[in-house]
Amino acid sequence: MHIVDGALSNPVVIGGAVAAVGGIAMGLRNLPLERIPAAGVLSASFFVASLIHVPIGPSSVHLILNGLAGLVLGWAAFPALFVGLLLQAVFFGFGGLTVLGVNAVNIALPAVLVGLAFRPMVARGSPMQGAIWGGIGGGLAIAATTLAVALSLALTGDEFLLAAKLVFFAHIPVMVIEALLTGAAVMLARRVKPELFINTPAGGLS
Amino acid sequence: MTHVLTPDHVTNHGLSALGPKVTSLDPRLRIVLTALFAIVTVALSHLGALTLALLLSMTLLTVSGLPARKTLKRMAMMDSFIIFMLVLLPFTMPGTPIFTLWGVEASWEGLWRAVEIGLTANAVILMVLTLTGTMEPVTLGHALHALKTPERLVHLIMFTIRYIDVLREEYMRLRTSMKLRGFRPGTNWHTYRSFGYLVGMMLVRAMERSERILAAMKCRGFSGRIILLEEFRLRRSDISFAVLFALALVALVLIEVTHGAA
Repeated sequence: MHIVDGALSNPVVIGGAVAAVGGIAMGLRNLPLERIPAAGVLSASFFVASLIHVPIGPSSVHLILNGLAGLVLGWAAFPALFVGLLLQAVFFGFGGLTVLGVNAVNIALPAVLVGLAFRPMVARGSPMQGAIWGGIGGGLAIAATTLAVALSLALTGDEFLLAAKLVFFAHIPVMVIEALLTGAAVMLARRVKPELFINTPAGGLS
Repeated sequence: MTHVLTPDHVTNHGLSALGPKVTSLDPRLRIVLTALFAIVTVALSHLGALTLALLLSMTLLTVSGLPARKTLKRMAMMDSFIIFMLVLLPFTMPGTPIFTLWGVEASWEGLWRAVEIGLTANAVILMVLTLTGTMEPVTLGHALHALKTPERLVHLIMFTIRYIDVLREEYMRLRTSMKLRGFRPGTNWHTYRSFGYLVGMMLVRAMERSERILAAMKCRGFSGRIILLEEFRLRRSDISFAVLFALALVALVLIEVTHGAA
């Protein structure tokens, strides 16, 4: 779901960059220095998770798990996912440099929104209930990311409309898998370390 | 330290005695030049200028003495992601038809647009991999700090870089223990649940690890500031490289301005 350099029109690229700077600033404001170790280690976890390939039929997909990142990190998911994208672009050559802002917004904004909307539900009730809400959040985050990618392409020009639609439909299985995985991850975390999703000094980040 | 991020060639850059060794240039300069190159290349639309931009990236890759095949392989991997979108373009963009396939017309305009995107994306990513991606990840953090990136963002980058390898090893350990218990991934509920638990366990352990890290940092008198010691200095070779690079960029812009009206 990385967009590359040169594909998008200038207004989309610049708009994405401005929005990304805003999101990163907002995330860093919610991240006192005491929480930097936790955010850094979690950012690294999501980076490693994105290297995991999960089989689907004859093919495989790599995980994004931005919904889960939002549930655990809240606003701090924005800079955390941005750092992941930056490292991927610089060291792996995924995506591009000028589109870093657009890519960050497409992946991190859904993460933050899902985190804000679903975190209370994920932390409440039985682990099973939390897992179901987590799964819904995980699926929605990927759906929103896919829509955002499609929108970035569609805003650039009509010639990308078909590609934008195909991107969305091709990612429906990914949404299902991300939903299932996020649900299962929440289930385990709720059982082993429930405070991961609660705003306490020892637990989650806001 | 960071094997996931560090390509093998970073540590053994004695391969080419010729040409400017990219890896010995000032990291700050490398970042700034990469960004400039990206901005200029994205702004270009003349195919000749874009081809030259790609050639410039390739030249730098060659004279830098990096194993070209590995870097080109990474570039090809990115291409495999976008090829689908590029193939569609001639069919979705209206214009002068080239040929008709199953009743759908392919246009020259779309084809050129696809070529333009392909050239831009490859030129930029190759430059990023050659000029910036060859840095030690930690140096990248320090250089970004020297370039006035917000301190907290730099700290976040440094922590992420530091722990990617640790967590990857943890992931590998967990995968090994799953394998020992007979886990074989497939397209089924059991696989997805197991992977979900794996990710959940990684998060739980990461969180607990971060608590230990914070405690250890406090023990050592952590006051909320991390001091980055590395200092960078521009040398004459840096300046001559920057001048050459800037001239090449100016040439690209000139070609665009004089020929790129179409």
